[in-house]
Amino acid sequence: MSWLRITSPHGHGPLSTQRVMQLVLLATLPGVVAQTWFFGPGTLVNIVVGGALALGFEWLAVSLRGREPRAALEDFSVLVTSTLLCIALPPYSPWWLLVVGIASSVLLGKHLFGGLGYNPFNPAMVGYVVLLISFPLQMSSWAAPRGLTTPPGLTDALSALLGTPLADGLTSATPLDILRQNKGLLMEDLYATTPQFGRWAGIGWEWVNIGFLIGGLWLLYQRVFTWHAPVAMLAGLGLAALIGYDGGSSISGGSPLLHWLSGATMFGAFFIITDPVSSATSNRGRLLFGALIGIVIYLIRTQGNYPDAVAFAVLILNFAAPLIDQYTVPRAYGHNRREDP
Amino acid sequence: MSSASYDTLTRNGLWKNNPALVQLLGLCPLLAVTASVVNAMGLAVATLFVLTTSNLCVALIRNVVSDTVRLPAFVMIIAASVTAIELLMQAYAYELYQILGIFLPLITTNCVILGRADAFASKNPLLPSVYDGFIMGVGFGLVLIVLGAIRELLGTGGLFANMDLLFGASAKQWHWVLSSDYQSFLLAILPPGAFIITGFLIAAKNLIDARQAKRDAERAEAVIPGSKRVRVTGQVS
Repeated sequence: MSWLRITSPHGHGPLSTQRVMQLVLLATLPGVVAQTWFFGPGTLVNIVVGGALALGFEWLAVSLRGREPRAALEDFSVLVTSTLLCIALPPYSPWWLLVVGIASSVLLGKHLFGGLGYNPFNPAMVGYVVLLISFPLQMSSWAAPRGLTTPPGLTDALSALLGTPLADGLTSATPLDILRQNKGLLMEDLYATTPQFGRWAGIGWEWVNIGFLIGGLWLLYQRVFTWHAPVAMLAGLGLAALIGYDGGSSISGGSPLLHWLSGATMFGAFFIITDPVSSATSNRGRLLFGALIGIVIYLIRTQGNYPDAVAFAVLILNFAAPLIDQYTVPRAYGHNRREDP
Repeated sequence: MSSASYDTLTRNGLWKNNPALVQLLGLCPLLAVTASVVNAMGLAVATLFVLTTSNLCVALIRNVVSDTVRLPAFVMIIAASVTAIELLMQAYAYELYQILGIFLPLITTNCVILGRADAFASKNPLLPSVYDGFIMGVGFGLVLIVLGAIRELLGTGGLFANMDLLFGASAKQWHWVLSSDYQSFLLAILPPGAFIITGFLIAAKNLIDARQAKRDAERAEAVIPGSKRVRVTGQVS
């Protein structure tokens, strides 16, 4: 027995980068399972091929920079980037879309700025936005969910990977697409006449979002990140949606529930904006960061040209994160609130 | 002026002090119109013309105009030569004139031109000034064309489209296509692509310079056999 009295709060970080990345990968599982169940094996094919490409590009970039590639490959961070990007991409993407996306993420988004820990933007979202503005056609053809059609099998997924696009019957507009193009239907009628909407926020989509919510809550329980950014984002999005809902008229922006459980909301809230590098640093800053992302997502979804907006909102607020940090420096112990630093 | 300093001017204009890659002047047209080779060439020729003529006129009047009013005078000269090239293009390359649109008159505000007029032509005799304007224009134009070629290749999967706008109908066949099922990579044609590719060009130039400097340093450090060595401390300049 030691007689040494340890009184100070000695912080100890039990989570290494590698461990955090593994936990994040593990936590995507419920969402990915839901995505695979409703949309077929396309997402899994994306993740496997994308992961291999990402390891290749990471090796290339780290070698070009004259560093030891092994350490960079073993910390799983590039696999997290590629997995997050591949979850966000439409299933059944052709191979060149994956190559361009992963290359943009790893080379443009990460290594040009100095590698892990130095990237001002979320690398996965950089890759996603490059693809979204470069190849709008491929990026907007989502597979139809189970319930509307039978999802394609593995052979279809592989032939889609080689460049054969999905048959028209197998793709469908997402609920957010339909909502954006809604002309003159009350929300009630929209739900009644359009099969895509399902019970709350779209067949398949609601369960995919619930899956990512479960994974995210588990990460929160594991203390991989704090609650501030995700809760603030969901609150900001919900509040904005509540203001724009107007009881469900024909120009309604959709209910908060629709916005929470549709598109990439939960995925973004728990897996994208919680990126420790590109988000705000302090807890107060994260509250502001998350809330603004939620509001911007709502504004772009309802007023902008694109049906979903998580990637754009995250990039815009990544820009703003240093500014947010400057105004939300936590008070150091022993200093007054008003005191100038 | 001796031929050695013409060498310096050439090296400055094309590489060491390149207006686009080092001085980063004239970025607005550089980024906005270089979506294809033909656009880039059109703007390159126009800028080259304006740079040369404005440097020529400025060098001619440099001893007559007083220092306090020199900038307005230079701007008037530049505006006049821009108007001239605009009218010329309107007459002989009307389609290209329409494509370049507002960026043709905007050459007036291109900082390269005023920069060279003020920094070089207003202090140097006629011939070197004309040569400086010409070679700076060539350096700027080469970057424009390289950037245009990369963006056109990435963005559309082809090269030299619509060259007939500049070189007459026979140039229509110059259009070369990589593959008919190439998916156009819109980012390269949009402004962000221009920023990113310009960044890569600047990085490539710096890389080449750094390699060259390293090689020079190694050569300088090599001990000449039989020479005496002196121990020094601190920096010797």
